[in-house]
Amino acid sequence: MSILNRTRTPKRAAKGLAESNPGRKLLGSKFATITVWTIAALWTIPTLGIFTTSFRDKKDIVTNGWWNIFIHPHLTLANYHAVFFGDGQSGLTNGVLPYFINSLVITIPAVLFPITIATMAAYCLSWVKFRGSDFIFFFIFALQIVPIQMSLIPLLQLFTGGVHLGTVTLIPKLGIAGKFAGIWLPHTMFALPLAIYLLHNFISSLPRDLMEAAHVDGASHFTVFRRIVLPLSVPAIAAFSIFQFLWVWNDLLVALSFSAGTEGIEPVNAKLAGLVGTWGSHWEYLTAGAFVTIAVPLIVFFSLQRYFVRGLLAGSVK
Amino acid sequence: MSSFWSANLPKIGQMIAAIAIFLAVLGAIFFIAGRANGKKQKPIAITIFLGPALVLLTFGLVGPAIKTFLFSFKNSYSTKWVGFRNYQWIFTDPDMRIVLRNTILWLVITPLITTALGLILAIFLDRMRRESIAKSLIFMPMAISFVGASIVWQFVYNFADPSQPQTGLLSTIVRHLGFSPTNWILTQPLNTFLLMVIFIWVQAGFAMVILSAAIKAVPADIVEASALDGASGWKQFRSVTFPMVRSTFIVVLATMVVTTLKLFDIVRTMTGGNFGTSVLSNEMYSEVFVRFDTGRGSAMAIVLFVMVLPILIYNIYNLRRERSIA
Amino acid sequence: MQIRKKGMLVAVAAATVALVATFVAPANAGTSSAACANVGSGYAVNKGATVEVFTSVVGDELSRYQAASKDFTACTGITINWNGSNSFESQLPVRVAGGTAPDLALIPQPGLLAQMVATGKVATPPSAVTNNVNRYWSKSWRDLGSVNGKFYAAPNSANLKSLVWYSPKQFAKYGYTVPTTWAAMLAQSDKMAAAKQTAWCGGLGSGSATGWPATDWLEEVVVREAGATVYNNWINHTVKFSDAPIIHAMNTVWGWMGNSKYVGTVSTIATTTFQNAGVNIPTGGCMQLQQASFYAASFPTGTVVSPTGDAWVYYLPGINPAVTTPVEGGGEFYAAFNSNKATQEVQTYLSTPQWAVSRIKAAGSNGGWLSANTGVPNSAYSNALDALSAKYLADKSSTFVFDASDAMPAAVGAGTEWTQLTNWFATGASATTIAKAIDASWPTN
Repeated sequence: MSILNRTRTPKRAAKGLAESNPGRKLLGSKFATITVWTIAALWTIPTLGIFTTSFRDKKDIVTNGWWNIFIHPHLTLANYHAVFFGDGQSGLTNGVLPYFINSLVITIPAVLFPITIATMAAYCLSWVKFRGSDFIFFFIFALQIVPIQMSLIPLLQLFTGGVHLGTVTLIPKLGIAGKFAGIWLPHTMFALPLAIYLLHNFISSLPRDLMEAAHVDGASHFTVFRRIVLPLSVPAIAAFSIFQFLWVWNDLLVALSFSAGTEGIEPVNAKLAGLVGTWGSHWEYLTAGAFVTIAVPLIVFFSLQRYFVRGLLAGSVK
Repeated sequence: MSSFWSANLPKIGQMIAAIAIFLAVLGAIFFIAGRANGKKQKPIAITIFLGPALVLLTFGLVGPAIKTFLFSFKNSYSTKWVGFRNYQWIFTDPDMRIVLRNTILWLVITPLITTALGLILAIFLDRMRRESIAKSLIFMPMAISFVGASIVWQFVYNFADPSQPQTGLLSTIVRHLGFSPTNWILTQPLNTFLLMVIFIWVQAGFAMVILSAAIKAVPADIVEASALDGASGWKQFRSVTFPMVRSTFIVVLATMVVTTLKLFDIVRTMTGGNFGTSVLSNEMYSEVFVRFDTGRGSAMAIVLFVMVLPILIYNIYNLRRERSIA
Repeated sequence: MQIRKKGMLVAVAAATVALVATFVAPANAGTSSAACANVGSGYAVNKGATVEVFTSVVGDELSRYQAASKDFTACTGITINWNGSNSFESQLPVRVAGGTAPDLALIPQPGLLAQMVATGKVATPPSAVTNNVNRYWSKSWRDLGSVNGKFYAAPNSANLKSLVWYSPKQFAKYGYTVPTTWAAMLAQSDKMAAAKQTAWCGGLGSGSATGWPATDWLEEVVVREAGATVYNNWINHTVKFSDAPIIHAMNTVWGWMGNSKYVGTVSTIATTTFQNAGVNIPTGGCMQLQQASFYAASFPTGTVVSPTGDAWVYYLPGINPAVTTPVEGGGEFYAAFNSNKATQEVQTYLSTPQWAVSRIKAAGSNGGWLSANTGVPNSAYSNALDALSAKYLADKSSTFVFDASDAMPAAVGAGTEWTQLTNWFATGASATTIAKAIDASWPTN
């Protein structure tokens, strides 16, 4: 009961803040507004460049700058046509849609799995105190720097051959190379260090009295995790989900290495990268490709964004 | 269309099944383990909460990290031990000195600028209307796959001979301002800073979103109280808002440091590491995947690892401090 | 013609059967006699087997490989899964070491082939492949598919690099002609320069492979001035970059592609991508570009590539008369990673002239694929650009050399030679400085 009260009050307060709070106006909301819109405009220039370029044919792209589209509009959908249906005889005979589905099938579990596992680990490292928990936390932080490229070969060997110590088989071969599971697992592994680090920062700042009160009431760690930590961590989980979604969605390296030549599981990004042709001659398609693939992450961003304004992070008051 | 669904529904089914199994197993474990009480409760909880992450990390990252460490003392095909030869080469080769210098430049400049910019944006966004539109525009570069974005950045920095068509944005602006443009990408050390601009363009959205979430969390009553006390904007920021988001600021900064160290696609697509712009991670990629020298590539990975140690130590210090306060 | 029509009939019939009995069709697909006539004899039927060929070829080109192998599948029941990746060069070592090696890989660099052989995972080809290669390819090609004297990989396609792109329309407009000697080529370039035209354009940008077009320019000049023997000794480093013939060739390159009279600001070559270097040739924005035949795909849609059109090629003329028709080319080689029956059947088929003809037909008038297989008649090419290139590749009197940077150790051929030549164009440093820097990086063990 007390939890609910704590979390809801700030939300209401935050909503009325922009209008009612004189303190925030003091710094000059006009200055803030102008600065933000200036930066937003500067930030949009390259984005706009990609967008306009995607509607131009290659002859125009290479002979005059993309801003000329506003002076001499000469638009074509050829790049989009190539991205959706292939150009002539290219590999996209069934269109781009099946690869979108592959991307979704790869991305959704590759976001859900690491975040669940990371939230559990972050809770354990911040609230189930044991000897060495700090050490483990810093060790996991340091693992962020291990280059993914170095992990590709050992992981593939694990999937196809298992792990052996001499003649003793420690782990049998998993046989998931070329299957979706063979892509989910590496994404999960590579996401964990950053996910645990970010979520730990958040979860460790949840109010101590809440946890202690729950334990006094006889709640186990599992109950505390499910009833208190998980609901309170929604904003942090939402924030990290967006980024993990983006990384997996735009990833090429893991997709190329672990789809192991299986056409049926190739994500849209990897497929579109192939459209440019063997010698990269049709790089102009990539601008259209960038806008076709951006749609899904933007939907995710917009739908998760509302969690940021909720003020649920009230927990960080100590 | 029906053939489309018959080909694709099984995939979706596979995904749903995987998620369902994952959640069911988790739920079952929680249910059973939740029954345990007494002395065993804590070890069981630790095993269940931390176990999966540690197992995955051991096979996914720790194993490869150890392998990389060993490979860094071997030759290009990892067939012979060569002692410290690869490290010696990194620190004595004249081209590598430039690479190390650039890596340090990137490391010092970009995380700070990106995080500071993200913080300013987050604060300003907090006090304006139509926040979500501005936020989305600044966030957009993060969502665009860099393969597509690199094409436009090439057109931003492009410089063509005066006899050829002009497609470079920067050159055109400079020319309209009455100056004569140079070949930006060739001009050292300017070119490294121009590449940093791209990094900041991509990553500022990340810093902004995370810091914005933290600022929203600063309880309104605290802010209001300080406003009633007559605290001015800057003072209020320094004494109330920043201390509240300090730990998040450090987390974002640390994440940016790690992202900077791992960065290679900006350098690779814009210059291929030429013209004195290469960084360690780009060279590492080239050694392993273009020149097939696993020894040198692994040694570079270890050097990168060592470079992240200062920020790791700072994090340890910071966390200890927070714990002692709490 | 007769065979093709018959094939069409069979295809239509097969399609009808497929419509009538969807579930039976795949099992019935094997052993079509018309298809077998195109494929050749001696293949065992192996229904349901799939053989993966991993390649760097993607997009349209890849779908032509799929089309070209249809007859083989119809005849033997073996499906060839052509799997292309832009990151082939980095993915292949990962897959081989990771235990998910493809059945066959189409390797474009002899250096990468040697590296794969060094892993011990490359299978020895069956005798049928060795026999085909001995029969249909020249010794230089056979040697390129061998490592330490042992033959491993049969050649697939070949490409000709010794070409210059120009616009026949623009040449006609200004009264220029196709030069047949190096001196005439430069004399005509002087005329273009005097008329304030950009005589030559070039671009070295190519991501992590930035610099490779400059290695081609240097290689073309080395074989033209010093001949094949010096060229091949240069590959194995008995002739160094800082030795007289290579320095001399570098100075010739600098008088050509490093000459601001011809190219304008030399340093822009270092920052232009190779794909964009010659896009203004059709409009006369630039008159000539030395680039291989695949550059045709880089022109904007609507560009007419023909001997009288917007863009066409001429043969980069020789320099030293003692070196007859110098030709630089590249190619790919099939390495097998197992000795399965189906893999070997495919491997054998891919070394036959029947395969090459089928692949050339699949390209049709688009062209873009040629073979150095001497069993392929020049009349098989319906694309004029390919026919022209194949003529030089199959010419017995020509001096053929393989792309040197692809054959040198990767630390040089995919490393310092790229970066130092890029640096050369960016800064205009002296040839000796550049050459010494490359020599210094030659691996010692």
